[in-house]
Amino acid sequence: MSKWHLTVDVAKCSGCGNCQLTVKDEHIGNDFPGYAAPQPPLGHNWLKVERYVRGNGSMLDVTHVPKMCNHCDDAPCVAAARNGAAYKRSDGITIIDPVKAKGQRQIAEACPYGVVSWNEDAQIPQIWIFDAHLLDQGWSSPRVAQVCPTGAIEAIKCDDGVFAGRVAAENLTTLPAGVQTKPRVYYRNLSRVTDSFLGGNICAADGSGQIENCVGAKVELSIDGTSVGACVTDGFGDFKFDGLPPRATYRLQVDTVDGRAESFQGVLEGSRNLGSLFIKRTTAKSEMR
Amino acid sequence: MMKRTLHTLALTALLRALPGIIKIAARRDKRVRDHLVSSDCVVQIRLRDGSCARHYIFRRGSITARSGTHKSPDVDMVFKTAAVALSMMRPDPDYAVVIDALKNFKVTAGGHDKQTVWFGELMNKVAAAGWKAGTPMKDGSMRYTALTNGGPIFVYVAGGKILRTTPIDLDSTDAPSWTIRARGRTFTPRRQAVPSPHALSLKSLVYSEKRILTPLKRVDFDPHGARNPQNRGISRYEPIGWDEALDIVCGEIRRMKRQHGPGAIAVFNPAHHQWGNVNYWLSALLRFGNLIGTTRMAFSPISWEGWYWGAMHHFGNSIRLGSPGFYGTVEDCLENAEMIVFWSSDPESTSGVYAGAEATQRRQWAQSLGIEFVHIDPHYNKTAQLFGGKWIPIKPGTDPALALAIMHQWIIDGTYDKDYVERRTDGFSEWRDYLLGVTDGVAKTPEWQEAETGVPAKDVRSLARAWSKRRTYLGAGGAGAGFGGACRSATGAQWARCMVQMLAMQGWGKPGVNFGNLQFGTPMDLNFYFPGYADGGISGDVINTASVMHNYNRMPHLATINPVKQQIQRQHFPEAIINGKCTGYPWDGMSLESQFPSYEYPLPGHSPVHMLYRYGASSLGTVANSARMIEAYRHPSLEFVVNQSIWNENEVGFADVVLPSCTALERWDICEWSNSSGYIVHNQNQLNHRMVLMQNPCIEPLGESRSDYRIFADILTRLGLGAMYTEGGCDELTWCKRIFDSSDLPKVVSWKDFLRKGYHVIPPDPDPMKVPVEMRWFSEGRKKDTPEPSPLPSQYIDDFGSGLPTQSSKFEFVPNSLKRHEARDPRRPALNRYIPSWEGPNSGTEFADFPLQLVTSHPPYTFHTYNDGKRSTTNDLEDHRMLVGGYYYWVLRMNPADAAARKLTHRDVVKVFNGRAAVLCAVDVSPLVVQGTVKAYESCAEYDPIQTPEGVVDRGGCLNLLTPSRSISSTADGIAPNSCLVDVRRWEFQGATERVAM
Repeated sequence: MSKWHLTVDVAKCSGCGNCQLTVKDEHIGNDFPGYAAPQPPLGHNWLKVERYVRGNGSMLDVTHVPKMCNHCDDAPCVAAARNGAAYKRSDGITIIDPVKAKGQRQIAEACPYGVVSWNEDAQIPQIWIFDAHLLDQGWSSPRVAQVCPTGAIEAIKCDDGVFAGRVAAENLTTLPAGVQTKPRVYYRNLSRVTDSFLGGNICAADGSGQIENCVGAKVELSIDGTSVGACVTDGFGDFKFDGLPPRATYRLQVDTVDGRAESFQGVLEGSRNLGSLFIKRTTAKSEMR
Repeated sequence: MMKRTLHTLALTALLRALPGIIKIAARRDKRVRDHLVSSDCVVQIRLRDGSCARHYIFRRGSITARSGTHKSPDVDMVFKTAAVALSMMRPDPDYAVVIDALKNFKVTAGGHDKQTVWFGELMNKVAAAGWKAGTPMKDGSMRYTALTNGGPIFVYVAGGKILRTTPIDLDSTDAPSWTIRARGRTFTPRRQAVPSPHALSLKSLVYSEKRILTPLKRVDFDPHGARNPQNRGISRYEPIGWDEALDIVCGEIRRMKRQHGPGAIAVFNPAHHQWGNVNYWLSALLRFGNLIGTTRMAFSPISWEGWYWGAMHHFGNSIRLGSPGFYGTVEDCLENAEMIVFWSSDPESTSGVYAGAEATQRRQWAQSLGIEFVHIDPHYNKTAQLFGGKWIPIKPGTDPALALAIMHQWIIDGTYDKDYVERRTDGFSEWRDYLLGVTDGVAKTPEWQEAETGVPAKDVRSLARAWSKRRTYLGAGGAGAGFGGACRSATGAQWARCMVQMLAMQGWGKPGVNFGNLQFGTPMDLNFYFPGYADGGISGDVINTASVMHNYNRMPHLATINPVKQQIQRQHFPEAIINGKCTGYPWDGMSLESQFPSYEYPLPGHSPVHMLYRYGASSLGTVANSARMIEAYRHPSLEFVVNQSIWNENEVGFADVVLPSCTALERWDICEWSNSSGYIVHNQNQLNHRMVLMQNPCIEPLGESRSDYRIFADILTRLGLGAMYTEGGCDELTWCKRIFDSSDLPKVVSWKDFLRKGYHVIPPDPDPMKVPVEMRWFSEGRKKDTPEPSPLPSQYIDDFGSGLPTQSSKFEFVPNSLKRHEARDPRRPALNRYIPSWEGPNSGTEFADFPLQLVTSHPPYTFHTYNDGKRSTTNDLEDHRMLVGGYYYWVLRMNPADAAARKLTHRDVVKVFNGRAAVLCAVDVSPLVVQGTVKAYESCAEYDPIQTPEGVVDRGGCLNLLTPSRSISSTADGIAPNSCLVDVRRWEFQGATERVAM
């Protein structure tokens, strides 16, 4: 049975807001009986783009994550609904019936992702409906995929088994929510949000005392006593290790191209740019907090 | 004799058939029916020798025809000969013939202007009867097309209401896309007109509760009694009818001329508004102003400041206002560049200009090819956020110091292009001596600039080495070749000059060495003609638009001339009114020297301004030190202010009479995406696909709003100028057809097909016809071969096409043009010395009082003020406005260290203030802004002054109330909003909401 899935590559999301504006364009002032009642003119974001910033100083990275109804197969909202007010279609899309769901605030409160909006005026819970009403008219994909300028959002209709293959092959993950709800929205590169990085800059004084960046220095990282890999500083003397746990002890062993060596260690609590690590003339240990 | 008799017979037959023709058209088309019932009049058509005469009595939609003359016809059309009559009275006349007949008085129209226009419009609607537009959809809705500031869209309409707007996906019948081959890979763009956020909030703007639905009059304004100018911005409004509104406006126009004389009426418009070649300000508004005689609001090259007042002197491109060109650079960059330095360049926010998000995919290609990105900006901006790369944070306004140090390093390392400098440039030894400290004893080393910029010396050396070692593209400014950012500050000219000097030192024009950030320079047919908005539309203004270049002869129409030569520059308008005079330096791109002479207001012998016709309402968010505008509005010398706008926002509330205009989705128009023409020749070269579009009236104008064209026609008709303005009753659809016919489109698509589909994609040229690369010819010592209609022939020193339009014909490190001028302006030396900003960290006590540098740049989610505020969906984008305590505040971005020092946390409401004003914002605390700088966007549409215990404060977010009105230097008349010192404090009075009564 062919069902709908959505993938979002957060490494490609520019935070332009096109998707967020498009959901509003589709639903503000429009009533789609059986699918969704109109969205209120302001203050409701059935799809919202959230920003995550890692780092400090001049080494940063930013990840934008569009969040919307995940159309979960094991949906807590469906479980919480009375009288079949929320249900799953055979193509995987979740619908909250705009008439039957009246007064059922618990449907909104049941969502572990916080993506069900409560419409106070109409007294109904509302979600991004995957543009089911348009797909039923023959549109080939939901509007959010159409308006994304970077191709971060992709909608796929296929067998769940086929999609599971993609999840494995592309290392897709879902939003962490503390419960397993079998969502249909998968993310690529979410590690940019869930993992930490450790980075810095290697510099040293040259013969005349002028400070220069150490280009091409080898930097080896150990996390909690175990080596996790090495990299080489770039043209600005910078290095960056990613995919690290949020809390750990680290040790960096630096070897410059002109034969200087130094190590730095400390405790990692979230992503960190250590800034400029100055390599002295002689080999010495340095403690970095 | 025979021919004359045949013509007369044919004419007689036509005149007999006319009522029938009209009735058939009326049956076919509601537009004709509606028009027919809208007026009763008698229209007479005759030949001058009296040999043929017929008149028509239009009454309640019926037509009665009589032969012979009527004793008092409302319209009396007199043709010299039957041949002339027949050539004009056709459904699709040759307008060259029509205009000739009008200009040479081969036809005259007596009687009443209003009915003449009515009859002409009727005949145009008859000719258009049955024209079909729009595509019916399966669900019963109709799909139309429109062009927005963020790109083209489809508009779906059902039941007279806009259902939705979507991007346009190209279909299989549209022209094929190009492919670039670079580094062994092929790149073909997505087949969609890719929109930016400016395109997608449009429905919410059209239906905004801030739409002005009726004409309005200030309750305490009486044109025959007390006018109370001191209450502008405070008084309430009452709705009035169009007749009363237009009576007041026309009465004031007449009174201004009679009581004060020429120059008393000023017309003031925004830089950019809705698209449409008919309704654009350079078209309908200019034609209107010329037929009245007005003091023009002259623009300054805003967004080009440092390029126009500085950079152009080194290399030319005055017609591009000093910004570099871009031909062929997308392919050259993908094929040859190894690094792109984005210097004050954030195209993911600014979309080039008008280009939607088309270039984002091209930057993704560059990233996939391993081309490295470096970002120099106080803000880790949206482009840096998306693509990553090395961020070099810098103190605003100090960029020239960094550039000087990089150039110094190239000299020390010997890593500049010595051969290029030797052969293609002039004055390098003087420049080198300045960099090395020979001239002033200060070597411009990386260590020298460190205290000034905050950039570590070691990083300057690393950047200089990477830059010279690799083939590097310089994306300077948002467009990659100009615009915004660092060029609009006290050091803006110094910075832009450094940018071109740096490229000249690295071999500008050689493979992989050019200006750009992939925003401009796609493969495209640039020879196909369609007019851009600066080509003047229907204005007929051959002096103040580029009309004379193409449009004026390709679309025969009546010229209009404004005999009033008095002008006031936009940023000097407040002092012109308050002080009664001002001077400035006008925008003139004809030569390097055109910017040197000053102008004065009032012009000798002219009346000062006493009436302001304000078209649009954007000043308070976009003019530097905009509080001066408020003072000007209340000045007693300004006797009458009329504002023509779509929404009730910003400065609309300062008018005496308000005229409601409609959005681009409520009227006919035609235009090409991103085609500005004029000073931005080939602006559409940012796009992946060239597209011309019809703009359909998707819905009826809301309330009593009317199109701009209609409003101007209605005013002028009351002054007896309606037939002249409308050229005998052309409505907007007829003008669209005339514009279509003037272009190359009829060669490739029929009007009916174009109208029905709503757009046409112009195919790219095949590969062998590639556009040559910008400055490649210059680097190779050949003649210019890019398709750019500049410089002017006389500006070449040697043969036509050889060299640059500088005195030496080379790139000049120390420009001769500035040498001829520098004695008059010590802050504008020919030698591009670093002179620190006059409002910045070197400003002594001012800096001690206001220790934060505010930078405001073009916003990502709204095109200028268009999409902001008005309770549009844009409000709900948290990066644009934050909802705190029930109010949508403008966002100010601040570094955590600066926030901690002020005990501020993320989302606090803060007061941003200096000696000029105070504005409330919501603070976004993050490391994305360097310490010492606060970053926001400009172009706030909402001016919301509230009375508070700390005085009047703007809650809407118009940060331009804080920026200085001082120009870059005394003769470099560019604005410098990015040299602005402020401080920020938590706002304690969130309960205060009372709108101001000063």
